[in-house]
Amino acid sequence: MSDPTLAAFCDLVGSHDPVAVAGGKTRFGLGGSLREGTRLVSAPEGILRHLPEEMTVQVRAGTSVRDLHEALAEKGQRTALPERGGSVGGALAVGENDLHVLGRGRVRESLLQVRYVSADGRLVSGGGPTVKNVTGFDIPRLMVGSLGTLGLIAEVMVRTNPIPPRSIWLTARDVDPFAVRDSLVAASAVLFDGRGTYVQLEGQVGDVVAEQALLATLGRFEEVAGPPPLPLHRWSLTPAQLSDEVCMAGAGDFVASIGVGTVFASLPQPRATVSPALIALTERVKTAFDPTGRLSPGRDVLQGRP
Amino acid sequence: MKIRRTTHPDALVSILKQALSPDRVRNDAAERSLFSNDASIFKGGASGPVCFPVSTAEVQAITRIALDHGRAIVPRGAGTGLSGGAIPLGEPIVVSTMKMNKILEVDLVHRIAWVEPGVVNLDLTKTLMPLGFHFAPDPSSQQSCTIGGNVANNSGGPHCLAYGVTSQHVVALDVVLPNGELVHLGGLDAEPEGYDLRGAYVGGEGTLGIATRIAVRLTPNPQAVQTLLLAFNSVEDAANTVSAVIASGIVPAAMEVMDQLITQAVENYVNAGYPTDAAAVLLAEVDGLSSGVAINAERIAAIGREHGAVSVRVASNDEERARLWKGRKTAFGAVAQIAPAYYLHDTVVPRSQLAGVLRRVYEIGAEYHLTIVNVFHAGDGNLHPLILFDPRENGVLERVHAAASDIVEVSLSVGGVLSGEHGIGIEKRDHMELMFSFDDLDHQRRLRSAFDPLCRSNPGKVLPSPHSCADIQSLSRIPEGVWG
Repeated sequence: MSDPTLAAFCDLVGSHDPVAVAGGKTRFGLGGSLREGTRLVSAPEGILRHLPEEMTVQVRAGTSVRDLHEALAEKGQRTALPERGGSVGGALAVGENDLHVLGRGRVRESLLQVRYVSADGRLVSGGGPTVKNVTGFDIPRLMVGSLGTLGLIAEVMVRTNPIPPRSIWLTARDVDPFAVRDSLVAASAVLFDGRGTYVQLEGQVGDVVAEQALLATLGRFEEVAGPPPLPLHRWSLTPAQLSDEVCMAGAGDFVASIGVGTVFASLPQPRATVSPALIALTERVKTAFDPTGRLSPGRDVLQGRP
Repeated sequence: MKIRRTTHPDALVSILKQALSPDRVRNDAAERSLFSNDASIFKGGASGPVCFPVSTAEVQAITRIALDHGRAIVPRGAGTGLSGGAIPLGEPIVVSTMKMNKILEVDLVHRIAWVEPGVVNLDLTKTLMPLGFHFAPDPSSQQSCTIGGNVANNSGGPHCLAYGVTSQHVVALDVVLPNGELVHLGGLDAEPEGYDLRGAYVGGEGTLGIATRIAVRLTPNPQAVQTLLLAFNSVEDAANTVSAVIASGIVPAAMEVMDQLITQAVENYVNAGYPTDAAAVLLAEVDGLSSGVAINAERIAAIGREHGAVSVRVASNDEERARLWKGRKTAFGAVAQIAPAYYLHDTVVPRSQLAGVLRRVYEIGAEYHLTIVNVFHAGDGNLHPLILFDPRENGVLERVHAAASDIVEVSLSVGGVLSGEHGIGIEKRDHMELMFSFDDLDHQRRLRSAFDPLCRSNPGKVLPSPHSCADIQSLSRIPEGVWG
């Protein structure tokens, strides 16, 4: 290991006591509270290398997503990571997609290479620096959404995307949000709050104009500054369940992401139970990577566990 | 757990026949020999009984019988793999998914299809096309390769530049784990809870169990498509054009480069309309909404001219476009005209390094007195050097092997990776240590062992010997004779 910053982070994490990373703490409670006495550490910060022609950026996990996006924007690029006050490592460890997922892609697919500190304090690297790679097992997929329970993310290589020349938000009342979603190609988001439909169109100017004209045939759309305010809780449904009253019951006030299945709701989602086989496999994965359970103890990635 | 190893092969076959049906378990020498190979040049595989299950329950039954009788299992799709991933080592039970070939459900609301693993890639797309959709991964073998095989290898293809490789198109799967348990990974909901075991499973090369039902994403057919053919006086000019296109903020649907030898062979073979006097051609495709497509096609043409394109042709209709693609897709077949055999390599390098690495690839060919031709997914830096040879020539495989290793080293030295879409299998297993440290490989082993603690599923693949399964020491080295 030649990078002194990563070596110092390994030393900081150590190899014995219960430990977890604190990033921006925007989604810190996910998976349950950390066990009392868990030591909190911060991941290193800094943007190491943005290669616009490769559409990649190498960045340390403690860097804020906002700072990263500011730097990338200078070269007309962005990532799929949600910008909501958190860190790059936090966004990946949580794995929740941006509101604009239809246009910007999923978080899990944006992680090309990951360097993390293992439960026994070693630096481990998974994946590779290129945009295409099937060399060995897909450790990056496993790390996204693992809530810091398998390894503590130190540094990553993330895929970047061009920022489209035009991006607008439109809203209309009394239109069928599902019909809107089915008719559009360039929508980055289609949201529905029970009354109004909100659409984000992104792309070449001519394409956005064409899609806007198409929207005009479906309803009276007006340009707005951005999406509606989002309720606190996050539900995961299938796209079809969004039109099912039974599935949506208990959400309270909501903003649903049409075509995706995410619902931002004022009340928490009732948990579905998880199969014993999946629980057993999940436990084997956890034990293989963290035999003593010292990484983010108290957190459970399977909240639907009976 | 104690593993019995003493069951007589005939007894094992009769137990398997009882579990399936007599006609779907084959054990004659001819059949076993057929299933001992894949499409790679590697020899030395040895298949045990070959099973043709028709249901998840039968796959579970085979898996449990294998476990009880101390046999490994090797899943197999169409056998079109190029890295030896489906080659059985040590007479395991081969589980062919050939008879699990039904498209179970096309669900346009969720934009997914549930398929069995033996469904052929192109058959799925042909079923979806009239509905306005297709399955995006399009490997060159798509006429015969299966979705299950695509999942195992995390397969790519020319159009993965914009649409992503197989992992991006697999939403959920039912997997029979090597212990016989059935587990559902992923889900149709927005963000399935728990670890992304779906993502960890895809690309597992048959070492993590057998997927028996797969939910794949349907990609809407684009409204507008333009295909361009640019000709260059040097491969470097073509490669630099590719890099400049990406740097300019365009993500084309595909960008493929072919050098002169392969272009000439293709032209002879299918009359695709390629210029045979160019040192290299670049086949670029943009799709999406019409305005963006027109703008991007013009910009690609302009960037090409800035980088020395001597001609730029835009396909004027669907027929011409199909002809240009036919040339690219039949390239490997066309090589038969210039050499009796070839070894198809697969590495990835940063796009900006393409020109320099290609120069080195041709030099490596010259050093070993081997002709190397190049046809590759330039847009994502995925090289496919074809090392041509005549298998009757004494000692030629050693030179092919050495040249292939040199190409791996060059690719890694500029920040590349071992494989972009063919996988590791046995071909690159012993190269893994060039890219990963001991601890990196140890963690890959941990992932594998969580799925398959006893190392029953496709042992001897992907991970090199200190990290591969401890109980199969006989497989810890590539068997004698694997290189032809």
